[in-house]
Amino acid sequence: MLAFTLRRLVVAVSVAFTVSVIAFTLLHLSGDLATAIAGPEASAAQVAEIRQQYGLDRPLSAQYLDWLWGALHLDFGRSFYFRDSVASLISERLPVTMTLGAISLAISLIIAVPLGVLAAVYRGTLIDRLALTFCVLGQALPTFCLGLGLIIVFAVNLRWLPVSGNASWQNYVLPSIALGWYAVPAVMRLSRNGMLEVLSQDYIRTAYAKGLSPARVILKHALRNAIIPVVALAAVQFGFMLGGSIVVEAVFSMHGIGHLAWEAIARNDFPVVQAVVLVLASIYITLTFLADVLNALLDPRMRVA
Amino acid sequence: MALLEVKDLVIDIPVGVGTLHAVSGVSFSLERGETLAIVGESGSGKSLTSLAIMDLLPKRVQRRAARLAFDGIDLSTISAAGMRRLRGNRMAMIFQEPMTSLNPSYTIGDQLTEALTCHRKVSASAARDRAVHLLEKVGITAAARRLSQYPHQLSGGLRQRVMIAMALMCGPELIIADEPTTALDVTIQAQILHLIADLQKEFGMAVILITHDLGVVARVADKVGVMYAGSLVETAPARTLFRHPAHPYTRGLLDCIPVPGRTVPGAPLGAIRGQVPNLIGRLEGCAFRNRCDLAGPDCATPIPLVQPEPDHAVRCLRAMIPEAAA
Amino acid sequence: MTMPLTSTDTSQSPLDLPPARRAPLLSFLSKGFGHGGFLLGATLLALIVVLALAAPLVAPHDPYAQNLARRMVPPVWDAKGNWAHILGTDKLGRDYLSRLLYGAQISLLIGTVTVLISGTIGTVLGVCAGYFGGRVDAVLSYIVTTRLALPVVLVALASAALVGSSLQGVIIVLGLLLWDRFAVVTRSATQQVMGSDFIAAASAIGCSTPRIILSEVLPNILNPLIVVATLEMAHAILLEAALSFLGLGVQPPLPSWGLMIAEGKQYMFFSPWVIAIPASALVLLVLAINLVGDGLRDITAPENRN
Repeated sequence: MLAFTLRRLVVAVSVAFTVSVIAFTLLHLSGDLATAIAGPEASAAQVAEIRQQYGLDRPLSAQYLDWLWGALHLDFGRSFYFRDSVASLISERLPVTMTLGAISLAISLIIAVPLGVLAAVYRGTLIDRLALTFCVLGQALPTFCLGLGLIIVFAVNLRWLPVSGNASWQNYVLPSIALGWYAVPAVMRLSRNGMLEVLSQDYIRTAYAKGLSPARVILKHALRNAIIPVVALAAVQFGFMLGGSIVVEAVFSMHGIGHLAWEAIARNDFPVVQAVVLVLASIYITLTFLADVLNALLDPRMRVA
Repeated sequence: MALLEVKDLVIDIPVGVGTLHAVSGVSFSLERGETLAIVGESGSGKSLTSLAIMDLLPKRVQRRAARLAFDGIDLSTISAAGMRRLRGNRMAMIFQEPMTSLNPSYTIGDQLTEALTCHRKVSASAARDRAVHLLEKVGITAAARRLSQYPHQLSGGLRQRVMIAMALMCGPELIIADEPTTALDVTIQAQILHLIADLQKEFGMAVILITHDLGVVARVADKVGVMYAGSLVETAPARTLFRHPAHPYTRGLLDCIPVPGRTVPGAPLGAIRGQVPNLIGRLEGCAFRNRCDLAGPDCATPIPLVQPEPDHAVRCLRAMIPEAAA
Repeated sequence: MTMPLTSTDTSQSPLDLPPARRAPLLSFLSKGFGHGGFLLGATLLALIVVLALAAPLVAPHDPYAQNLARRMVPPVWDAKGNWAHILGTDKLGRDYLSRLLYGAQISLLIGTVTVLISGTIGTVLGVCAGYFGGRVDAVLSYIVTTRLALPVVLVALASAALVGSSLQGVIIVLGLLLWDRFAVVTRSATQQVMGSDFIAAASAIGCSTPRIILSEVLPNILNPLIVVATLEMAHAILLEAALSFLGLGVQPPLPSWGLMIAEGKQYMFFSPWVIAIPASALVLLVLAINLVGDGLRDITAPENRN
């Protein structure tokens, strides 16, 4: 278990470094930053001045190491546009996105896992068909369309919930549904397949042979084993949701990290974009690492391995 | 009254192209404390028969019987809840695959005590004590420590012992052991069989032993039923069956294994030619006739049951009836 | 698991009969017609493709022709609608139906070309990893892990902004980003093929590596590859719509559906149809492609169905 955790940790850390290299080079290789910052009307002298001011005249590797060293201390430099430190921008916006992501994940799990389990238990029946149809329809409905639809129905017509912003808890309801929806089909399919596989195992027959009730067999003996892969998927989906929150935040004008990135991209604010990519990737990497370890803890067979 | 009565048990499995008649018209009865061995090749329907008694058949499999009764309780009309009260409590089962029959996510102790606590109102510590006691009974050392172990930490032989202990938790009157030794090493096989035989004597349970190994049968069974292609072709007390096998299939089986006093030293062992017939669609007459040296055209008609002795029954037109009985 | 094996490993269980052998295409067609979801998806998709290709012929108006006198005309089912503009007009008076038809061209183009690029990258990586195994495989799984760690929408947005937001830009960015599932699927499919006897036979008679890959491995991983390609096409179309919706994908005046939704957003409170129409088109197209993909998986690899 320790060896497994360590090996997994080494992979996680090196992936994080690779991502940092990609995030850095992606933005630096794709054009002349100084020209982009200075704007189209700047003279050659102004561009040169900016280049020197931001250290853009130094070798790329030196710039990267500087940036990485800063990033390791949570110092991502200063934003070109917001005239504020990137770190403070992120720490101000991240909680909004994390809250949104957590509620969305909870919503999608609450819908998808029971639905998947029911579909597996009642395999081939109307319940199963409805669940699968729901899944296929869900996959085809883009987050932003659902978001706009929710606004029209619940915020504009019914006036139950606010249209946009992130001032109160009511602001989180519709965006969380829109974002959580995105993960429902994948989680449902996995719960259903996991459950189907577990239900065909010999130990389920043993449990029935003991005289246990179907409810007890399903909830105690089957669910525990079927849920193990769902844990890993939930972590992955949470990471995807943080990345995908950019769309939802744009639809609902929530000032989270996604919205920040969107504004920054539109304004060539590279330090912010780099930092957001790195932060989101690091959260994803941490989550998948924790999920793998949690998986190992849930599955006694993996503990000794 | 017999502990278990099975009369004309039929098991049908709907498949894409028709119905597979997996078991057709199996009848037998079992007294308290008696050991019945059911022998047959894989696919002969012996495992399905045992699952049918426990009502553990998969949903799509259909079961019918003229009578299926446990201790006078009609199992074909019993409610699901009533069946649950019997299952694991008064009748228990040991499965073929000890490696996969235990839940990997729970400890041995949890799975053992659960078998008792779901039927009896007993304290956790009492259930634990019983689990330790039975683990010792099935020959597991350091039983108390095993309770906190997970199935993957035990060998196949140990797991099968745990499965046996689990079946014994409620002190059942009937134990069905479905090829309990098939998945185990040869050296372990004998130990497990002796264990089942010893426990059977000690607790006075009735045992149905499903096996394809006639050698096993000779040692532990009181009665033997030979299954072929979904029907019971011969039932007899173990001694009678080995001395005077009446059905050509039984004789073929016995020719395939060395039996002291029967096999000629140095002579080659026999083999049964041909293959088990396809059981899909309507079946008429003797299912063994395509492999039988004695078969004639009349074998395609329904075959009556012949009883050379009161407790010996055989379904064959050309059964070899010993002269003493005839 | 994979296709090539099904002829030899049709279940040995006595409960199953070997399926009757039929010509592959005939068998595919008969199964396809028996699969409701596939049939529905394929019909819908065929309809959309035909309409998109025939857009110049069937579109009632020029999708770019503005008519400020007839702005925001509602669709024909609305009391104020009229048959001149069946689906109404947008804020610049452009015919919505015509824009929708030309928009289908954009979605299909982006879906197809993206999948060609990402499919090529992913398949090369996946087949190499599956074929060579060992260290090559370890490197690939590292690359895939890294790729998965990058937030797709964000990186796509940032890169699209950098290479210049345009149709070509979106295609290139998505093509370079969406290869991960191709790599994962072709890798495991290749591993399964590698375990089979005909590969051993091919290498025993001295076939070269490229020849084994091209003539033995590729044909045998084609089925799962086509399934992934279909599902990834839907993925690419959805992402393009999202990028365009955020203003960093396809640029005006091109009639991308995502862009149409973004442009309609400010009018949606009073005229919900401006976003409902392109959104429905998007949902229908993605649904059709997903149904075809799921159907193909069920038909070609019944043991993989969920």
